[in-house]
Amino acid sequence: MTSSRDSTAAPKPVLQARDLVKRYGSVTAIDGADFDLLEGEILAVIGDNGAGKSSLIKALSGAVIPDSGEILVNGSPVTFHSPIDARKYGIETVYQDLAVAPALDIAENLFLGRELRRGGPLGSVFRLLDRKRMVDESREHMANLKIGIKSMKQAVETLSGGQRQGVAVARSAAFARNVVILDEPTAALGVKETGMVLDLIRQVRDRGLAIILISHNMPNVFEVADRVHIHRLGKRAAVIRPHEFSMNDAVAIMTGAMVGEHIEGAPEVPAAADSPRA
Amino acid sequence: MSSTQTVSPPGAPPTKTGPSLVGRVLTTPTVGPLIFLVLAIAFFSIKSSAFLTGGNLSLIVQQVMVVGTLAIGQTLIILTAGIDLSNGAVMALGQIVIAKLAVDSGLNPILAILLGLAATTAFGLANGSLVTGLRLPPFIVTLGTLNIAFALTHIYSNDQSITVSSSTLTFFGKTFPLGGTDVTYGSVFMIALYVLAWYVLKYTASGRHVYAVGNNPEAARLTGINTRKLLLTVYATAGLIYGIASLLSIARTNVGDPNAGQTDNLDSITAVVLGGTSLFGGRGSVIGTLIGALIVGVIRSGLQIVGVESIYQVLITGILVILAVALDQLSRRRTA
Repeated sequence: MTSSRDSTAAPKPVLQARDLVKRYGSVTAIDGADFDLLEGEILAVIGDNGAGKSSLIKALSGAVIPDSGEILVNGSPVTFHSPIDARKYGIETVYQDLAVAPALDIAENLFLGRELRRGGPLGSVFRLLDRKRMVDESREHMANLKIGIKSMKQAVETLSGGQRQGVAVARSAAFARNVVILDEPTAALGVKETGMVLDLIRQVRDRGLAIILISHNMPNVFEVADRVHIHRLGKRAAVIRPHEFSMNDAVAIMTGAMVGEHIEGAPEVPAAADSPRA
Repeated sequence: MSSTQTVSPPGAPPTKTGPSLVGRVLTTPTVGPLIFLVLAIAFFSIKSSAFLTGGNLSLIVQQVMVVGTLAIGQTLIILTAGIDLSNGAVMALGQIVIAKLAVDSGLNPILAILLGLAATTAFGLANGSLVTGLRLPPFIVTLGTLNIAFALTHIYSNDQSITVSSSTLTFFGKTFPLGGTDVTYGSVFMIALYVLAWYVLKYTASGRHVYAVGNNPEAARLTGINTRKLLLTVYATAGLIYGIASLLSIARTNVGDPNAGQTDNLDSITAVVLGGTSLFGGRGSVIGTLIGALIVGVIRSGLQIVGVESIYQVLITGILVILAVALDQLSRRRTA
């Protein structure tokens, strides 16, 4: 994955959706939506409230099962019945405000549900956890992402909001093989902490993972995203590049004020275009 | 902001070396209760020379044995942010099942014990199923099963106590000498159960999951923990522990008593709370519960030796519970 980024070949799609539909009674939350996430990019997903972007993201992360349509991971069709299925395909999600157990420490949170046990009978018979290895690997992982927390044994509730989000992102990045989905990661944060989390998102991308960033914060989106997927009325209205369009254009597409020819300059799947990080 | 800079936002607690040893000891929730226990023992030792004797200490442990064992199950459930009002009644039922089968039906005592354990485990499983399956609040579910177990106990026993003489059933009431003091096997067994529960909760993945589920059930579920299965296991395990308490109760009193354990549910909650475990779940330790149970035992025994009327023991226990929860809340507010 890393090597192809340096080559001239077009980036391959990692996670795609074709003609997804999800109805809740008479409400159509996803109305034939398409979606393409390319390797090594940060794709922001924006849309007005009620545009159906959270339903789309839930379908992609396995939290919602679509009525029809197709989801593809690395080009092969897959079916997700739960977030655990999605995780098996290397897709990790950071849920807004739900990601951590505050009373547990950082190492425990990073390895929650994936704990490492000691080797030999201590692990297999006595189920003894390998606390040292989890702490060491946590420290290494946090350092790789340049999150400046030294002690992995402190409870997450003693951390600032940005640091907590850092722990949640680090956990997903540690275990994702393909995609990290971030749901409003900066929603509850101040300016400085937001900057820290955006840096962290870039760090994760630079380690070779593709990122879906759901955010309401337009300046954040335009600062960090390689491409922006604009969702409107349950489907994809456009995919734009931040440096080719203004925030006002993005809002205009979101609200339907700008349609058709104005956004033809941004092909829906710019597979033939230059690398997203160029 | 440079992407290579190490991030350390202002206002964050010092993270250079992590919490200091002293800081960690002081914030460990069992330290407060332990200090209190030591102070209480010191106080009564000064007040009366009859207090700090091997015989009296052994007696205190025997007196807290049944509630102490029930409180292990209670701790497990409270850690998941639940509560169990039924444990005393379930323990009484287990007692009657064991005594009735072994004495009246002449069953092999071992088989009678196993069936008693099966009965209490079934009650735990029922509590767990109602909590996870129908998503009913544990308070209501166990209030219901409290009454059901109580009624079944009285129906099955015909309101009669059953005297037990089988040496198998009373084994845990027997003593062995330890440094000049007679200690019951039951006391040792209770301590062993605490050590086992402490190990599982602290050093195994399932144990950490119990904390995670109590702390943030949604996060636990999203990390792939099967929270329903975990809760069901916790309630069933608690039921099994209540069955062990049934056996310890028979061994201590030599009777199966349908009226046993009527305040044990609240007494076990008292032990948990005095031990520093949060009623909101996800925080606390089973060792704290042992200390909490011993605090109650020490205060009751001490006041009795000093010659204070027994009703004042209840009064003081009540004050201590409120004090413990208040201290817990205050320290939480300061660290949060």
